[in-house]
Amino acid sequence: MTALDQVQIRKIAKRYGHERALAGVTLDLTARSMCAVLGHNGAGKTTLLGVVSTLVRPTGGTVAYRAQGSLVTGAEVRREIGMLAHASLCYGDLSARENLALTAGLYGIDGSPTAVDAALDRVGLDRKARDRQARTYSRGMVQRLALARALLTRPSLLLLDEPFTGLDRDGAIALGEQLGALRDAGAIVVVVTHDLEAIAGRTDHVAILRRGQLVFEERGTYTYEQLKTVYHRHAN
Amino acid sequence: MKKIAVPLFAVLAAIGLAVSVYLVFFAAPLEYSFNEANRLNGSSLFFNQKIMYFHVGHAFWLFVAVFVSGASSIVFLRTRNPRWDDIAAASVDVAVAFGAVVLITGSIWAKAAWDVWWQWEPRLTMSLLLWLVLVGYVLVRKFAGPSADRVAAGMAIFGMVGVPFIYKMVGQDSHPGAGTQGVVATLPPGERGPFWVSVGSFLCWYLALVISRVQSTRAEREVRELRERGLDLGVLQ
Amino acid sequence: MAVLRHAALVAWKDLRIELRSREIIYTMAFFGALLVVIFTFAFPQDARAVRGAIPGMLWVAIAFTGTIGLGRAFDRERENDTMRALLLAPVPRLAVFLGKAVATAFLVLAVAAVCAPLLALFLGVPLFAHPLPMILIVVLGAIGIAVIGSVFAATLLKVRSRDVLLPVILYPLLVPLFVAGTKCTAALVAEIPNFDNAWYWIQFLGIYDAAFLVLSIWVFESLVIE
Repeated sequence: MTALDQVQIRKIAKRYGHERALAGVTLDLTARSMCAVLGHNGAGKTTLLGVVSTLVRPTGGTVAYRAQGSLVTGAEVRREIGMLAHASLCYGDLSARENLALTAGLYGIDGSPTAVDAALDRVGLDRKARDRQARTYSRGMVQRLALARALLTRPSLLLLDEPFTGLDRDGAIALGEQLGALRDAGAIVVVVTHDLEAIAGRTDHVAILRRGQLVFEERGTYTYEQLKTVYHRHAN
Repeated sequence: MKKIAVPLFAVLAAIGLAVSVYLVFFAAPLEYSFNEANRLNGSSLFFNQKIMYFHVGHAFWLFVAVFVSGASSIVFLRTRNPRWDDIAAASVDVAVAFGAVVLITGSIWAKAAWDVWWQWEPRLTMSLLLWLVLVGYVLVRKFAGPSADRVAAGMAIFGMVGVPFIYKMVGQDSHPGAGTQGVVATLPPGERGPFWVSVGSFLCWYLALVISRVQSTRAEREVRELRERGLDLGVLQ
Repeated sequence: MAVLRHAALVAWKDLRIELRSREIIYTMAFFGALLVVIFTFAFPQDARAVRGAIPGMLWVAIAFTGTIGLGRAFDRERENDTMRALLLAPVPRLAVFLGKAVATAFLVLAVAAVCAPLLALFLGVPLFAHPLPMILIVVLGAIGIAVIGSVFAATLLKVRSRDVLLPVILYPLLVPLFVAGTKCTAALVAEIPNFDNAWYWIQFLGIYDAAFLVLSIWVFESLVIE
């Protein structure tokens, strides 16, 4: 497996019909780093994530994915991507085990009951619920399933779109810790969020978008107060 | 597109239209016949036949538009350059108007010639179906929101591929100009001149309309981009 | 080939969900049956007139229920944005298309299997006097609807006004399919069946399906990725 260690985003532009979502965004993402992408609604954060996840084709610019210097393209890039969004990306009509087995099949990895159960153990999904249809799960359980699905394929590029929405304080802290651990293990983590408190102290790279443009970028750790200041100064 | 294109074609079309009206009404023979009692045969076409000159000139573009928009849409999907999308959208917009003319004039002609307003004969059916595909394209463009260009491009491409099947499916021909010679060969000599002049003037008219539409869409885009740049720089609110 | 294997995974996922809940099948079949009942009231009981109208009734029922079923099958992928998960997988995107198309074809066939016998029963027309060509034309029709329908249902997944735009786009494009279906059915159901004619339309629909399948495989990714 070619684990990605670099994502080079160069002058990405995206236009939807008449609307301009992104205008010339240039950003470098590296391994063992968690980048927080901040900005108001409509600033282009979700579009940027869409472009990086190969689900949105940019109208200009390029994205280069590298593993130890060499370029990775096509389906091999998608193999390395894990996504966690506000939606669960799981089928409500299938059980947790079936969802993970399907994902394993699509990614060509071990989908045996042992592997699936191990992944579900790691997120702490109740054993008794694993064979029930996912639509019967509570919000917290759905989150765990979504996380298990995202991590099952051991992605080196983890993309998160508003992952803290709907989580209570403890849940947000727990998720933040898990993301930190993944980052320390070598992954490239990108978090699009409004919840400055949840990522405070964990992120080492901040990018702020405003009206489709990158108006602020800096590497370094930020406390909650620092994040708030920098956000209010640049996001407006 | 050069600035001269639209005025050039529009002027040509205007001249052509004036000339063809003159030719059609004053130079071309009037079709009528006498029955056994040596009286004017009431069911012959008279002036209704003159419709042909305007009808055919518009009909051709229905077919051209489907292929032009299909081909443009393929290039647009590959390159995502909005210029190609402009061409597809403009050709379809104009073709919908031209298609309506074809169907209406065809209807009037049909009533005069066959005494029915509509008939499910091959050419009419095919024209109607192509026109419906084009109207569908226009509806998609209007109502699909920001992704309209992508969805409409898909419809244009599929519509284009469907044309041979529509053609094969309509079957036997009872329309004037049926058979291998086409319409022109069946025309009496006096009618060919006016025919070509009117087809030519509608060619110019079509091009003038499409090009001017493409130019206006492009101008709109440029204004929008300038406005965005102004907002970015803080010059505008 | 890996593409086929992945397509099979996607198709099987859909069919398994459908077999479990049977939501689409029940509602589509019921709707189809209702259409058949309405048709029997709409047309006179004169045997010859009815025989002429049967092909149309059958294919209208297939058309409407097919489009509804298509919409519902893809709605499932909207619920938790699972379409995004499918497109994110390292499988060729056309495998996703093939999988959904196969599953949809089965759904349409299931409904046809309900409507056709009902029509034959209520109107006393021997739809299955010549089962092989009849089944062939219905299968080809289901495939055509599934292929073209899947492309546009997937394309429209996140588009505004998608519920009304899907029929607006599909029906003009599917006209040759419905003409072929009705003409072939008519040829088979006639007092003296015209096998040459029926075979011509079967071939026509076969080529139509093949042409649009190739086109769909070619443009699916371009259309679905924003």
